[in-house]
Amino acid sequence: MSSREKILAAVRQNKPDLQPLPERIAFGERPNDVVGQFKTVLQAIGATVVEAPTHAEVRARVRETFPDFTNVAVAVSELADLADFSLSVADPHELEHVNLAILPGAFGVAENGAVWLSETEIGPHRVLPFVTQHLALIVAEENVLASMHEAYERLRVNETGFGVFIAGPSKTADIEQSLVIGAHGARSLVVYVLGASGSTR
Amino acid sequence: MTKPLAHPAAAERFNQDEPYVDWHDETLWFVRQKRDRASKALPEWEDLRETASRIKNHVLSNLDVLLEEFERNAQANGVTVHWATDAREHNKTVLRIMQGVGATQLVKSKSMLTEECHLNHFLAEKGIDVIDSDLGERIVQLREEPPSHIVMPAIHLKKADIGEIFHEKLGTEKGATDPQYLTEAARQHLRQTFLTRKAALTGVNFAIAETGGFVVCTNEGNADMGAHLADVHIASMGFEKIIPKANHLGVFLRLLARSATGQPSTTYSSHFHRPRPGQQMHLILVDNGRSNQLGRPEFRNSLKCIRCGACMNTCPVYRRSGGHSYHNAVAGPIGAILAPNLDMRQNADLPFASTLCGSCSNVCPVKIDIDKQLYLWRQVLAKDGYVGGVKEAGLNVAAKVLASPTLYRWSFRVGRSVMRTVPFVVENRFNPWFHDREMPAAPKESFREWWAKNRNGEHGAGSEESIRSTPQAVSVS
Repeated sequence: MSSREKILAAVRQNKPDLQPLPERIAFGERPNDVVGQFKTVLQAIGATVVEAPTHAEVRARVRETFPDFTNVAVAVSELADLADFSLSVADPHELEHVNLAILPGAFGVAENGAVWLSETEIGPHRVLPFVTQHLALIVAEENVLASMHEAYERLRVNETGFGVFIAGPSKTADIEQSLVIGAHGARSLVVYVLGASGSTR
Repeated sequence: MTKPLAHPAAAERFNQDEPYVDWHDETLWFVRQKRDRASKALPEWEDLRETASRIKNHVLSNLDVLLEEFERNAQANGVTVHWATDAREHNKTVLRIMQGVGATQLVKSKSMLTEECHLNHFLAEKGIDVIDSDLGERIVQLREEPPSHIVMPAIHLKKADIGEIFHEKLGTEKGATDPQYLTEAARQHLRQTFLTRKAALTGVNFAIAETGGFVVCTNEGNADMGAHLADVHIASMGFEKIIPKANHLGVFLRLLARSATGQPSTTYSSHFHRPRPGQQMHLILVDNGRSNQLGRPEFRNSLKCIRCGACMNTCPVYRRSGGHSYHNAVAGPIGAILAPNLDMRQNADLPFASTLCGSCSNVCPVKIDIDKQLYLWRQVLAKDGYVGGVKEAGLNVAAKVLASPTLYRWSFRVGRSVMRTVPFVVENRFNPWFHDREMPAAPKESFREWWAKNRNGEHGAGSEESIRSTPQAVSVS
């Protein structure tokens, strides 16, 4: 008997009587100010939030925050002119020199500050948002959801081969519980929140 | 393999440095408090726990069907699925996959399963170089010791210890203790590792039956750095990590990081479904005693565990004895109910490493009745003869004495007399009960004797019989 058959036979013999799945799997009230909560949580988890009404404003703010940056990779068509690093390389190892990656976020989640990116947003190289020294994500206000329940309602997790929720810059507290931003992934995360509230700033 | 130091002896050693124990205790309690703040910010917290518990109950009751569904969908996604009945088969499978692509080096993100299987040791013997990429795991790997906590592997170390090992192995400045500086050194060192390894291994937090994909959660980004740069990605999982549907992740991801560290989410929650073009993706489903545990009705729901570590952070015994005292890949209360299933003889001490206070069960995000199982394992281990001589003899005597009111009264009268007149007979180094306790002075007479002498006949409640049958009698001050 193969290991597969052995394991399945043991499981069949030892499992308890069938228990039903719960019908309700989403909980909690929707906050009044979903976008506001998104911004607050992002700041609490170590990200920088920039409100910008248009892509032109994003461009200006990127130049301000990352002056004279080289090896900038961009997967946002409106901001393609900011790029000096081509993503059409064959080997993902070449991305080790990327200093800044600017990517669109499919949507954001207010309760935990997470932004969803699949291969549709990331492009051909999955490692890009992790290997880049700094990461900038652009999320439209209308794409901010309240909770992870709403996120999975909207999401088809297997639409592409890989997708990730990114909540803040990479971090660790493995040395005496001291929080250090910048472990193995991006050292910083800026989220540009695109929308009307940015224009009243 | 030699028998490790039993928990009481290891805990005693851990407690020799009192300021250190206080620091360890407070550090973990700080994490517990962060968990409390995060959970209390969600009014729906208890609904989430109940729902997670019920989803996992369903999983255990339908595991064969879900595993087959997962396998089918994963294969359709281009993932190669392997089954391993035990640790040895798991380790050999990893080796075979690596040999298949000619890889002699492996970069590994956090996986408690590979600790359980002693994969690093096995691969080292076969000439494979393994580098753990989680910062905490890398630290303990450099020190050649196991993790002491499933979420915070180096929680038992002070920054001076880490500075010292980094100075020795990574060439950082002598005496450096700044966490920022030390983390940067590890980042530079491991970046080269990520860029040069052909094979990467990750753990699995959740595997989704309906889509054949799996989710890996990290804060550091090390799992992704390894997996997306390697030619072959191996993911190892205990088969209980299956969940039926993708939207169940909404429940589990809301609970996991909040329970573990008090964060609203881990930084990265990565969903893997298909290998990238040109890459191989392998997934190993491991039993290693789990199907056996599934057949123990009173212990099976330990398999609901999502490895958040909340039970460790809250446990008064874990906080004051340290993870290594549990001599098992998973320490703390959950480790103490999982370990006897793996090896009853070796781990018979662990269910006794608890005060049965129940705090572990109260914080568990999937509502495992950990404290009840600790208690029940004690019964099983004693019945099967795994409880050591002194404890067993003591309990046998206690059982006889407690079963007989006459013997009970007589033995306590003798005991009081001995403690008053010749206390060294019991207060000595041969009696473990006195090691860490100061005993109160023994009274001359018992409450029962006092009652019989002073209140006999009052309220018509003075007889021996009425004392025995009136529960309130014992609460009279």
